[in-house]
Amino acid sequence: MQDSASRFGYFVSPDRQIDFDRNNHEVASKVAAAEPGLNWCISCGTCAATCTAAKFTDFSLRRIILQVKRGELKGLAREAQKCMLCGKCQLVCPRGISTRNLILQINRVLQSENL
Amino acid sequence: MTFDIFVLPFFIGLLFLLTVLFVKFSRWIALIDRSGRRKIGYGLFSMQIFPATAEVFMECLLHRRMWKQNKLLGFMHMSFALGWFLLILMGNIESRVYSGGHINPPYYPIFLKFFVHDKRVLPFELNTMPGFFRFSMDFILLFVLTGIVLALFKRIRSRWFGMKRTTRQSSFDRWAITCLWLIFPMRLLAESLTASHHGGGGFLTNSMGDVLASILPDNFLTSTAYISWWGYSCVLGIFFITLPWSRYMHIPTEVVMIYLKHFGVKSGKTINSFSEIEMRACPRCGVCIDVCQMNTAQKTFSTPVYFLRSLRKKVPVPIVDNNCLLCGRCQQVCPVQIDLLDLRVASRNLDNKQIDKIYSYLPADVPDSKGINVLYFAGCMGHLTPSVKKAMLKIMQAANVKYRFMDADGSICCGRPLMMAGMNNAAHSVMEKNRQIIHASGARILVTSCPICYKMFNEEYKLFGVEVLHHTQYLLRLAEAGSLWLNQSGLSVVYHDPCELGRGSAVYKEPRKLLKRVARLVPVAEEKENALCCGGSLGDFSMDHYQREQIRDAALEVLTRPNPDLLITSCPLCKKTFHNGTDINVKDIAELVAEQMDLPEPVEIDAEELAY
Amino acid sequence: MSKHVAVVGAGIAGIEAASILNAMGHSITLIEKNEILGGHINHWHQLFPNRRQGRDLLEKLYEKMDDSIQVQYGKEITSIKPFSGKFIVTAADGWVTNADAVLMATGFDLFDAHKKEEYGYGIYDHVITSADLEEIFIQGEGLNPRLGKDPQRIGFIHCVGSRDEKAGNIYCSKVCCITAVKQAIEIKELYPSVEVYCFYMDLRMFGRHYEELYQEAQEKHNIQFIRGRLSEASENKQGGVVVKVEDTLLGKPLKLTLDLLVLMSGMVAPVAVTNMRDKLGLAKVDDGFLKPVDPHTQANLSELPGFFMAGTATGPKTITDTLTDARSAALEIDRFLKEII
Repeated sequence: MQDSASRFGYFVSPDRQIDFDRNNHEVASKVAAAEPGLNWCISCGTCAATCTAAKFTDFSLRRIILQVKRGELKGLAREAQKCMLCGKCQLVCPRGISTRNLILQINRVLQSENL
Repeated sequence: MTFDIFVLPFFIGLLFLLTVLFVKFSRWIALIDRSGRRKIGYGLFSMQIFPATAEVFMECLLHRRMWKQNKLLGFMHMSFALGWFLLILMGNIESRVYSGGHINPPYYPIFLKFFVHDKRVLPFELNTMPGFFRFSMDFILLFVLTGIVLALFKRIRSRWFGMKRTTRQSSFDRWAITCLWLIFPMRLLAESLTASHHGGGGFLTNSMGDVLASILPDNFLTSTAYISWWGYSCVLGIFFITLPWSRYMHIPTEVVMIYLKHFGVKSGKTINSFSEIEMRACPRCGVCIDVCQMNTAQKTFSTPVYFLRSLRKKVPVPIVDNNCLLCGRCQQVCPVQIDLLDLRVASRNLDNKQIDKIYSYLPADVPDSKGINVLYFAGCMGHLTPSVKKAMLKIMQAANVKYRFMDADGSICCGRPLMMAGMNNAAHSVMEKNRQIIHASGARILVTSCPICYKMFNEEYKLFGVEVLHHTQYLLRLAEAGSLWLNQSGLSVVYHDPCELGRGSAVYKEPRKLLKRVARLVPVAEEKENALCCGGSLGDFSMDHYQREQIRDAALEVLTRPNPDLLITSCPLCKKTFHNGTDINVKDIAELVAEQMDLPEPVEIDAEELAY
Repeated sequence: MSKHVAVVGAGIAGIEAASILNAMGHSITLIEKNEILGGHINHWHQLFPNRRQGRDLLEKLYEKMDDSIQVQYGKEITSIKPFSGKFIVTAADGWVTNADAVLMATGFDLFDAHKKEEYGYGIYDHVITSADLEEIFIQGEGLNPRLGKDPQRIGFIHCVGSRDEKAGNIYCSKVCCITAVKQAIEIKELYPSVEVYCFYMDLRMFGRHYEELYQEAQEKHNIQFIRGRLSEASENKQGGVVVKVEDTLLGKPLKLTLDLLVLMSGMVAPVAVTNMRDKLGLAKVDDGFLKPVDPHTQANLSELPGFFMAGTATGPKTITDTLTDARSAALEIDRFLKEII
């Protein structure tokens, strides 16, 4: 309340740009160390198209990979928990990324960093 | 004379060993859960004790499974185990005869020749009591010594024992193995030297004693004899002290494991006290190394014997745990029959259990479709092999089956991949959804095209009132019931057993019977229980695309050797994996059946009959 | 005495190089495995970027061909062996020739779309390849015989068998993006009311007038471009093809029903040529194509003196690049033949 009053009733909308300088890049390097496939992605989206979970919920491995690489980690841990590890994405990935290991490593790193 | 100070190293070692074993085993058994302990209590007084004892005899002493693996390897292990056992048994009887049936201290039979010397007997004098014992004891000693010679020889020529690779030793193992190999030559030396000036001994020790006496001075013989008894006692003592931390811990542990298994104690999906026993029952024989296809991908470090080594250290090493196809070839050959797949998955549970998963997004409503008999589930992978899906629908329509395509619009994963990652709770939440859909369908039979799903539905879902069939089983049933009219194509085909259907679910017969109706089945070098994994397995969480291709190509080399018209499999994942690796056409069994099907007169299938 | 050159493959590269070498005074044998000259262009209706007829290009090339070029038809070369400064070239039917130099103008094979089973080629009736579509254009009967009706929605899938580790081909086939745009326009001209969608990973409009053709597709024909790679196709009860992609720019999965799905098959190295390359001990590349000694300055030379290569034998190329490459190979061969006198 006081906060709002001190701004004379105005709200400052959060900055929408990716603050690349300040974002956390630790997670990306840790994930890439455990699964180098993180850096092979060409964002073709085949994984998300074939995804079993994506039929029911907002879930895209392609986007998760980009978020990790840009350090845009807000809400990511929860998002990355939706995967069922069924392996379809692994079969269709044109870059041969070990996607199941990738998602587990993302889960692990985000969880261990309490993000 | 019944005591000499040189027996102390042996005696102390033995007491130490027995104490350690007692402490370890009581702790493990105490930590087994209540139902397990109840099973042990019940089992001890049940008839199970007899088959269990028989198995201990067959496996721990005779090494039957080792013999199956390789005769030389079997003989080597048997000569050690059975030989040593007989030496102890015979030595005890002999010592009782000599001491007039008194209870002797435990070292007495071991060092009997030091304490008792009597008149010379002829080397092969079998009709007198001393002659018989001396002959037998020397014979058994010779039997054990051949084992040692073979073991030394195996170091240089392991291939003669059917092994390309052998296990790397840990430092404790090296101590223990050195002592073990010295025990029997030391006994031979001590007994021969004693025989050289006191007489006694059988055909082996006596003759060797005579040779030694002819070349060495008398006083030297007397003093070295005493020193060699000390040496014999010391190597025994050191062996006993190192045993609980060396590979030889498998000797007592395997015995305990066999009894517990017979009493119904099982390994589970998490590491429990029984797993602790199982992981120590591994003799590090290394038989699993060669059969493991991780070698093909240069990943020997994660083969079962090294996986168990890492597991015993209690620090999870995900890279070792994850590098496994869960194909089950190791479990097939393991002479100790350790549940290697369960242990691997349980170990992954330690790695991954802290990872949370959320599946609350799965739809709450369940489609209702009464009036069908069969529910068809293509599975996630099935959607990437549309030809299989299409063939199955065509066949079921032709056979007039009242079916519903459960995942026509996309599947909910069966949960097996999560279980393979050791994430059991997560698996159960996706299973629940599928279970609701299956039960709401009213179907009596659930047919799946994917062996991974089949194993899962069949073993984990507990679908009461619903029979789970893989499509190979179902199509054979349709053909045998006369609902499908099949032509013999005359094509020569090889059949690849998918891991989850073959070793995983023991379905070998049905696909072959079905195939023989439509084609000429040609055998391949490694099939059924020994079939190779295609390399595409969802069991592995670590390999990259290139390593999987190496495994695929090695499997294809074996499968395409007979140069067949078609390579047939019954798993969408195997099909997709093989497809890009060979010029030979790869097909699912359902595709071939659909092609060779004559459309019969429409017949109403009797659901009652099919759902027995 | 004139030197003898064996040109293996009478596609556009082989024809162009043979004509030039012949004009330079060398004796040429042009060896073709099929019964006609021209290779893949025979099956191509129109060519990008100017939409000229494939037939027309071939006729232009044939005009330059002198009768003194000896053409061997139906000769599938099985072995080429260096022998005391010459090459012994042998065909499957036993035909043999000696040559002072060999030019590999062996071209490419189209990627076999059956290998991408999840795309449904050979399984669903309404899934065809870009080559099938050209054949349909050449037949001139339109899509109605296949579809039984006027098409309403057609989709083109770029990168089928290209840029795909799973298909074993990591490289870009270069010509598919622009071919898809060209074919989309042709379809649109044939059926003005049809909706056309191109599914791409990256649009590679690198050549002169390619971008203009892309622009024309958007401005004039309202062809839609969706950035997303097909994961799998399925068939609905009406025989329509349902495709699933992620609209990666929107970040949402997208499902679309089409009357016809066209797969843009990429280029692959012919297996027989790769095997020949390995038998001769020439440099190996994973993609199976022939590898020149230097990609910039010696793009037609192999490690084996007298053994040259041109056109798509060294990797995917456009027609323009193929012809330029063939002419450069002719110059290199001429220089070589003069040196060995």
